[in-house]
Amino acid sequence: MPNILVVEDSPTMRQLISFAMRRVSNARVIEASDGVDALKKLSSQKVDLILADINMPVMDGLKLVSLVRGNPAMKDIPVIIITTEGAEEDKNRALSIGANAYLTKPIQTAELVKLVGTYVK
Amino acid sequence: MEKESMFSKKAEEFLNVFRRGEEFSKEILKENERLRFRLAELEDALSRSGDEARSRLCEERVKQLEDELGSLREGISRVEEENKDFASKYVEVEEENNNLANLYVASYQLHSTLDFNEVLRIVLEIIINLIGAERFGIYLLDEKSNELMAVGSEGIAEEDLPRVRLGDGIIGKVARDGESYFSDDLSRREESLDRPIVCIPLKIKEHVIGVLSIYTLLTQKKAFSHMDFELFNLLAGHAATAIFSSRLYSQSERKLTTIQSFLDLLKEKPRR
Repeated sequence: MPNILVVEDSPTMRQLISFAMRRVSNARVIEASDGVDALKKLSSQKVDLILADINMPVMDGLKLVSLVRGNPAMKDIPVIIITTEGAEEDKNRALSIGANAYLTKPIQTAELVKLVGTYVK
Repeated sequence: MEKESMFSKKAEEFLNVFRRGEEFSKEILKENERLRFRLAELEDALSRSGDEARSRLCEERVKQLEDELGSLREGISRVEEENKDFASKYVEVEEENNNLANLYVASYQLHSTLDFNEVLRIVLEIIINLIGAERFGIYLLDEKSNELMAVGSEGIAEEDLPRVRLGDGIIGKVARDGESYFSDDLSRREESLDRPIVCIPLKIKEHVIGVLSIYTLLTQKKAFSHMDFELFNLLAGHAATAIFSSRLYSQSERKLTTIQSFLDLLKEKPRR
């Protein structure tokens, strides 16, 4: 059973993504409300995939990706960005920092589930 | 002489017997040859008739196998059709499940609190994350003044959203009539705050308590899906109920606090 960390400040989106992951991917979902909260959970639990928003208080998603990529213990965890930022430059920036994939909101659950399936079994 | 003649006669008889034997042997050999030839003919005929029978049997078997192959092909094609049908139904059911999950989560979140500001924040989250709106405002109707006033917004400062009289412009008409408004051009980057591209009445039964007014969608959002209209319906009813209940609750909480303070004051003993 894969462990998926959902980093999202909106409780509605967090619940929606977690719901989809539990129902479709049969995953164990760990929730975090911002980047700092995510780093705490990453240091204490094994995580197979991170789904992160960009715009969050305290620490945003891009900072989280760069910190994860700079940490030898976490650098190989795949990260999927889920954001309202639909501009091509935002996507390129996130991918250049080290995100593996980039999805824009409003998300299509089927598309998210398919993408998640390529990173976790 | 007599002996010689007798010997000669015997020899002649022997030769005759021998000649007859020779002729008989020749006849037998000839008959044997004829019978062999006949036997070969019969064997050949028999062999030919066996090949024909086998060939007939084979042809029948081939036909039978071809028929079976044909019915198997039909069966496979039927199963493939059924598979396609199941696959498309599976996709439909999955989509429906995902839509229901979205509606469930949105509804669950809307009714998860009685805090007015929290309810407003949840409504904003749903509009941004599930519908994909970029700039929008939430108006509530002041029934004393018959004016709509902004209580929440995204992408626009709340104080920039003008007060709207009931019946005035798109927003006022939607509030008065209780009917949703959708512009033909959803990609319009509307700057004017009295010309939304979408305007949804927030209703408790037939009673309008406010409107949701959307000015621009996120750049990646090109059109509304069936799901978006379901969400608009949900917002029209559930968001209205949640906002109305939480506002009443906040007001009653404030009144209760005031009354409690007043009672506490009355209970205090007068100082002399």
